Amino acid sequence: MFSPDLVDALDGSDALAKRRRAAADRAAAAGQPSFTEEVWRYTPIDDLDPAQYGFAAPGGTAGPVGLLSGVDDGAAAVVHIANGEVLDVSVRADGVRVDTLGSGAEDLIGTVVPEGPDVFGDWNLALASAPVAVSIDPKAVLTAPVVVHVHTDVEGLAWFPRLVVMAGRTSQATVIEHHTGGNTPALICPLTELSVGDGAHLGHVTVQELGETAWQIANLCADAGRDANLRIGHVAMGGDYARARIGIDMTGRGGHSEIDAVYFGCGTSTLDFRTFQTHVAPHTTSDLLFKGAVDDYARAVYTGLIRIEADASHVQADQTNRNLKLSPNAWAESVPNLEIENSDVQCSHASSIGPVDADQRFYLESRGVPTDVAEALVVRGFFDEVLDALPSEQISASVRRRIDELVSDADFTAAL
Amino acid sequence: MSAPTADAAHTLRIEGLHASAGDTEILQGVDLEVSSGRVHAVMGPNGSGKSTLAHVVMGRPGYEVTAGSVTLDGVDVLSLAPWERAQAGLFLAMQHPTEVPGVSAAQALAEALALRAGDDGPSDDQLERTRSLLEAEAAAVGLKAELVARPLNADMSGGEKKRNETVQLAVLQPRIAILDEIDSGLDIDALRACANRIEALTEAGLGVLAITHFTRVLEYLRPDEVHVIVDGRIVDSGGPELAEALEADGYTPYLPEEPDAGVAVSIGGLGSTPAAGTGASAPDDPFADPWADPLDELG
Repeated sequence: MFSPDLVDALDGSDALAKRRRAAADRAAAAGQPSFTEEVWRYTPIDDLDPAQYGFAAPGGTAGPVGLLSGVDDGAAAVVHIANGEVLDVSVRADGVRVDTLGSGAEDLIGTVVPEGPDVFGDWNLALASAPVAVSIDPKAVLTAPVVVHVHTDVEGLAWFPRLVVMAGRTSQATVIEHHTGGNTPALICPLTELSVGDGAHLGHVTVQELGETAWQIANLCADAGRDANLRIGHVAMGGDYARARIGIDMTGRGGHSEIDAVYFGCGTSTLDFRTFQTHVAPHTTSDLLFKGAVDDYARAVYTGLIRIEADASHVQADQTNRNLKLSPNAWAESVPNLEIENSDVQCSHASSIGPVDADQRFYLESRGVPTDVAEALVVRGFFDEVLDALPSEQISASVRRRIDELVSDADFTAAL
Repeated sequence: MSAPTADAAHTLRIEGLHASAGDTEILQGVDLEVSSGRVHAVMGPNGSGKSTLAHVVMGRPGYEVTAGSVTLDGVDVLSLAPWERAQAGLFLAMQHPTEVPGVSAAQALAEALALRAGDDGPSDDQLERTRSLLEAEAAAVGLKAELVARPLNADMSGGEKKRNETVQLAVLQPRIAILDEIDSGLDIDALRACANRIEALTEAGLGVLAITHFTRVLEYLRPDEVHVIVDGRIVDSGGPELAEALEADGYTPYLPEEPDAGVAVSIGGLGSTPAAGTGASAPDDPFADPWADPLDELG
């Protein structure tokens, strides 16, 4: 897709340059993925034409605040990255460090995933021009979030944002990653690594509000240590094709994780989610709730795997995906999977795809609520539990307002 | 659609109503008239069409009206959307109230009341007033304020849902209320509390069509008229004494176990025999378990 020689122009240590070259060679050998591969099933990956995009790091200016309005005020640290370049790093609290290339980020890249987890992950390691590492000191308790803004507004740009979050032992912190974009075609392939130390509590929220012509192929890879508590939130509102592959490895006994996602597809966008809840250690739990709506001609795909390895006894893992179909031309698919190699576990999965519930609408109508208002109330109500679960109240509130705006003028009756 | 007033008399008139669900005709010519301040009880065995009557009058999707009319003060109700029927002054207290995740009674009722007041969506003040009204009405029927603040019917017992229906009825103050098995799932104290509240509303002018399986609720609701529905038709009407007769004899006298019995109560026309598979199963003893929650007729 890209030339491995591009790595030669990038900054970083010699050790990193070697890893970049190996990753680039691996990725180049793997070639371009196809929807005939299971992991790209239901996706428009065959429409990807790398020749449309050029790899560069032109930088630029910060993007709009969007759904993060007010969140930077009082944040523990704020980082602005745009079009392949770190613009600005501002650390305002004790207990947190932010590193870039040259100040130590290179040593942290690959902590959770030394390679992959797919060809875009390898390209990310090869071509991450502006990696950022956020380290929370052991025992530090951050009362305000660390915010990383990632903006793309250069037409035809392909680039690879890399964020590594190291949550030290028994630390407590929330990191918010915000992806914005102009209304120009671009290919953005972020990879985020979350390393959650023993006993640490880490919250991480991705807020994706890209423009309607952007392609995003994102990876989030997390490793939860002993007695760690990891809460991941994912908000997906934009993009022409926006994929998020989220993998959590429960490697420390007693660890707990939650993944809560909210998505709302409009226009002709395709939102694609792949989740992996992998339980390696015994006495671990994971809970996943993905709730989304598709309107207009939008599509949503959810594929999730709970995998329990042989040594992971006493595990509880749950997975729920619910989709609301708000227009006759919208489409959603949901494919939950279980792979269990230990009998002493409790797992569940559930999924649904359907229009606004007719009984709920009739109940509200029978009180005198007009049809369109009843449907808007049901759609808002549908998102309530997952919004409440996001690990940032500020983001829950702003996403709730955005959904209110999206449903207040819509007419969903045609979806029935 | 002005707000209902106590002094004006209102009439819900059901004439020759036939309705089907799928290929099954459930209502086969129902005639009923309910006016302000009057309490009518419609009683019948399982599968007689009681709940269907309630659903069809309110406009629940899934039924087709094949003949007859329903009017409220002369206005054709059947041509209105369910919410327009509610705005015109009808209310249905459901037998199985639907859980609506993430939507509180205050949000829903404030929308309805704002519209009735001619406003485009509730103001914060109207929302707050609706909340206060709901809390006051919840206290009147012994429902915890915390429950009425929850998403509608979420994690509520059967009895709590019925109290919640009564609370919403009292806040909305409709002209005519249809109560579909309001007594099922209620213990005796809750039944008394709900019935007392509804009785007070009828004294202020509410007309009530109470659909029930059992006579127990009528000790509290005290109907002016009692109607017996069998196989989708009203087969007998009378005063409260009719309920006493039902208490003593059950529905057996109305059921066409013996072909002659049907003729004696003029159930139907020539050659009318109960259709097999309509849900009108063999008569079980409806008084065997007064705490049972009768199955929905379509179930």
